[in-house]
Amino acid sequence: MKTRRRLVNRIFLSLCVVALLAAVVPLVSIIVDVASKGIGAMNLDFFTQLPPLACTQPPCPEGGLGNAIQGTVYVVALSSLIGLPIGLFSGVYVSEYGRASRFGYLMRFLGDVLAGIPSIVTGVLIYTIIVLTTDSFSIIAGAVALGTMMIPIMSNTTAEALKAVPNSIREASLALGTRKWRTSLLVIANAKKSIATGSLLAVARITGETAPLILTMGISVLWFGGFTVPVASLTYFIYYFATSPFQNWQNLAWGAALFLMVIVLGINMGVRLVTRGKRVYA
Amino acid sequence: MGRRRSAADSGFKYLTVGLASSVLVIALIYFYELYTGSLPTLRTGLAFVFGSTWDPVNSHFGVFPMLYGSLLTSAIALVIGVPISLGVAIFLSELSPGRLRSPISFVVEMLAAVPSVIYGLWGLFILAPILRADVYPYLEEYLGFLPIFQGTIYGVSILTAGIILAIMIIPIIASISRDALLAVPDSQREAALALGATKSEAIRMSVLSYARSGIVASIFLGFGRAFGETMAVVMLIGNTPVVSASLFSPGYSLASLIANEYTEATTAVYTSALIEAGLVLLLVSFLANVVARLMISRLIRSREAASYL
Repeated sequence: MKTRRRLVNRIFLSLCVVALLAAVVPLVSIIVDVASKGIGAMNLDFFTQLPPLACTQPPCPEGGLGNAIQGTVYVVALSSLIGLPIGLFSGVYVSEYGRASRFGYLMRFLGDVLAGIPSIVTGVLIYTIIVLTTDSFSIIAGAVALGTMMIPIMSNTTAEALKAVPNSIREASLALGTRKWRTSLLVIANAKKSIATGSLLAVARITGETAPLILTMGISVLWFGGFTVPVASLTYFIYYFATSPFQNWQNLAWGAALFLMVIVLGINMGVRLVTRGKRVYA
Repeated sequence: MGRRRSAADSGFKYLTVGLASSVLVIALIYFYELYTGSLPTLRTGLAFVFGSTWDPVNSHFGVFPMLYGSLLTSAIALVIGVPISLGVAIFLSELSPGRLRSPISFVVEMLAAVPSVIYGLWGLFILAPILRADVYPYLEEYLGFLPIFQGTIYGVSILTAGIILAIMIIPIIASISRDALLAVPDSQREAALALGATKSEAIRMSVLSYARSGIVASIFLGFGRAFGETMAVVMLIGNTPVVSASLFSPGYSLASLIANEYTEATTAVYTSALIEAGLVLLLVSFLANVVARLMISRLIRSREAASYL
């Protein structure tokens, strides 16, 4: 009996270690495979050239994804302009004004729920609101879609960051006769590091989004051509090229995946290192 | 002077209230827009959800195969992903030496940070060929008496999509379960150990049961994530509207339907059908997230209440 219990104990604890390996192996494999298959596409052309034509017989033109990098940078910047400020102030309300109120609780709750809504649904929403009415894919639609996704993420991050600011700071400021809104600014200033890292994580998260973009921004083989026409993006090109039968396109998909992964995982790793030991919300 | 200052005060407050309301407005717009956008097919009622013919050319829009695919891939993801995630969570909270804790948490967080299109790319070119050549034939050979492991083996299939989803939901289930386990008071563990329980008995009897609602909440969140995942699934499921008992068969999901066919939707009814697929996704994931968040917030509140004692 005793040995049986000891055996069960051993098996259970070993299974936990096996589970851990099962989680680590895919990540290592993804990183190694993307790096080894993508490194071949990494050259100056990748950053400066337009996508090549489909090619069935070598020699194939290599081309690059310069326009996709450009489009991704533009759309992420635009969506940050929408999502970060709205999310920030929304988080200020949740933490500084709404903490004791039902409305504040509801907003916090909805923020959490909205953050879990599939991104394709946001794509469908902006598709019906903007793309169908203007009859064109555009970077505006793409930025609104990504910005919409950013608002709840940023709001939650900010609220958590502000809640971590000790109450003594609020009390000290109010006791000196400082108005509530100046006090709130002071609290924001105190949490600026966590807010900055939270914003970076939100940007990283948005940079890797694909599903909303294919429904809103479309795809283009040209350089950025204005705010009302389809624009290229790295993520859409990864999908488009990976599901094509052409070798030169698939190679570029791996290159784009490597570039994207370096940026997204880079931001994440950087943030964890800076905030080492501290709890990061996002 | 005093009045101007207080005007700034209320102005700032209304600014934040207004922008905080954006969250509520967005939630309402989701439902309103997707509801009105899908009215043409909503009128066909349950034929949309339970019809199994997807034939846009003749305007037959039944999404049952896609609903089936979404549910089945999510179920596979949970069956594979939940035990792994719980193993990781238990390791992190109960077994891990302090030094290993932060690197492992780091790995879990990185798994969450990988963009889903990269999971799709990796799944298509690395995972699917391995599964087709080295895993599925053995499943068919040894478990082939089960209908789910019969039939022609393709690399892209319901099972492959389910497996990639399992990997993708590990971070969310593992991290929230870990938090739930870490919140279990040490007295729970000590009580069981003092009664002579082995470590695994203590974990199973007194730790897991105490953290149960947090774990269930994390599973709901994992389900919501898997059900609505688009890019990895559209690249791995085969995008074929069939209902097959075999997991080796290609299938379709609601999310991959939208991503795959929105460019072909030239008629109003076709567009409406895709929007209604989005509405179904919205309803299911909204519900899963509401249930999970309610459970989590009740946990937090009871913990705050307990900390006053």
